[in-house]
Amino acid sequence: MQEELIAIKGVNDGLLIALSTTEKWQSVTDQLAARIDEQSDFYNGANITIELGARPVPKYELSSLKALLERRGLKLSLVLSESDTTRNSAAALKVPTKKNGESGAPPPSKQADVQETAPVNPEETGTYGTMFRRTLRSGRTIHSDGHVVIYGDVNPGAKVIAAGDIVVWGKLRGYAHAGVIGDESAIVCALDMSPSQLRIASHVVTSPPGKRKRVVPEVARIRDNQIIVEARE
Amino acid sequence: MAGKVVTISSGKGGVGKTTATANLGISLASLGKKVVVIDADIGLRNLDVIMGLENRIVYDLVDIVEGRSKLRQSMIKHKKFEDLFLIPAAQTRDKMAVSPEDMVKLTDELREDFDYVIIDSPAGIERGFRNALEPADEVLIVTNPEVSAVRDADRITGLIEAADKGPGRLIINRLKPDLVKKGEMLSSDDVYDILGLKIIGIIPEDELVLSASNSGIPVTLNMDSKAGMAFNNVARRLTGEDVPFMNLDDNPGLFQRLVRFLDGR
Ligand SMILES: Nc1ncnc2c1ncn2[C@@H]1O[C@H](COP(=O)(O)OP(=O)(O)O)[C@@H](O)[C@H]1O
Ligand SMILES: [Mg+2]
Repeated sequence: MQEELIAIKGVNDGLLIALSTTEKWQSVTDQLAARIDEQSDFYNGANITIELGARPVPKYELSSLKALLERRGLKLSLVLSESDTTRNSAAALKVPTKKNGESGAPPPSKQADVQETAPVNPEETGTYGTMFRRTLRSGRTIHSDGHVVIYGDVNPGAKVIAAGDIVVWGKLRGYAHAGVIGDESAIVCALDMSPSQLRIASHVVTSPPGKRKRVVPEVARIRDNQIIVEARE
Repeated sequence: MAGKVVTISSGKGGVGKTTATANLGISLASLGKKVVVIDADIGLRNLDVIMGLENRIVYDLVDIVEGRSKLRQSMIKHKKFEDLFLIPAAQTRDKMAVSPEDMVKLTDELREDFDYVIIDSPAGIERGFRNALEPADEVLIVTNPEVSAVRDADRITGLIEAADKGPGRLIINRLKPDLVKKGEMLSSDDVYDILGLKIIGIIPEDELVLSASNSGIPVTLNMDSKAGMAFNNVARRLTGEDVPFMNLDDNPGLFQRLVRFLDGR
């Protein structure tokens, strides 16, 4: 079983989420995103307090966390941290922040408000997006504050811009920008991945010139602070 | 009779829209159809020149739309074909003189009496293009097998689809089989791969096109021209006939004799 990198508690006016202070940031935020997506009606619309302990979190990391939450309808209303770096990052993003003096221990919470044992609901909610069922041609653009799914090609000169993920059931040969408001967990998938330019959050790659021998479905995502593209097994 | 309005467009200029319009007009007329071709390129008239009707122009599209002349008396009859007419573009008037609604009204009237109304659309995506697009039942997109022309064809196809006039069919014009073979020109497959549009015609590069245009006798009337034959095939496909694509690589002499034989029914 995967190690828990996240502890979540209900507090009087929302949720307190404590994130591991040692594990890789990407792993922590990936797990957080997955947890929220699993149970989105539990989290729906909640005010979120994030507890980061002593970890120094630079602004770009905190903004990607904020974007990750916002895209799922959650408001980052408070950052608790012992690190000046982290609190400066929060201030720069206009997120209220407090020093959490008690040696990183989670703050006391009212037991009565804990909601973790919500009844099991078989309904998955997922996250929303825009479906486009034809080829997106040169000069045409699609913007979405959710995900974008294109059943068709994205031609050279066309642009797809999404706060969330981009899925192209066809050839991606135009411009694609996923996670445009900073979500570094966003992905781009295509049956034939040959974009003129690909962006995820603030990362950019341009397509290497030259033809590949075999065309296979591929996924682009951020790993170790850069975009990597790999075949979907 | 409910005629069909076919608009010829391209995005990029100089790819062969006017040439295609003139040749389709002639070919359809020679197939016994009643045809009117409209030059929607206000300001830049040239369909009349290619069709050899320049000297007969008295009234033009704007005169008709503004009610200065009756439709019947304004259309110019072709010298050779009884049932082929031209509505010429106005030469020096403002681009807003004709609206898309005007074009719909005009073509609705023409539909009553003609099998095909073919509209030559101007380059670009301005008013003239809107005018040509609005009344269309079908759009034929002309492109050359080169990257920039294909990009513009893609752009125009996006607009055609956004206007619910899609998907349209494609005419690939000025293909040079020897260059394609050497990998120096996009093949029709390459073009299809990008645009994903059904191809209604592949027209080879043919120097007879230019001399034909200069003489006002479109190339499709010249049985020695491969381009002329290819345009003729487009016309037949437009009427619903299933015409195989000609092999552009063949020895021209033999090939043409063969086609003449097949066509000589
Ligand atoms: N298949 C062809 N082979 C050779 N020349 C051609 C061919 N098609 C068009 N042309 C030439 O290309 C030029 C532009 O054609 P035109 O029909 O006026 O383009 P457009 O109307 O799209 O601007 C003309 O000089 C014409 O004679
Ligand atoms: Mg023209």
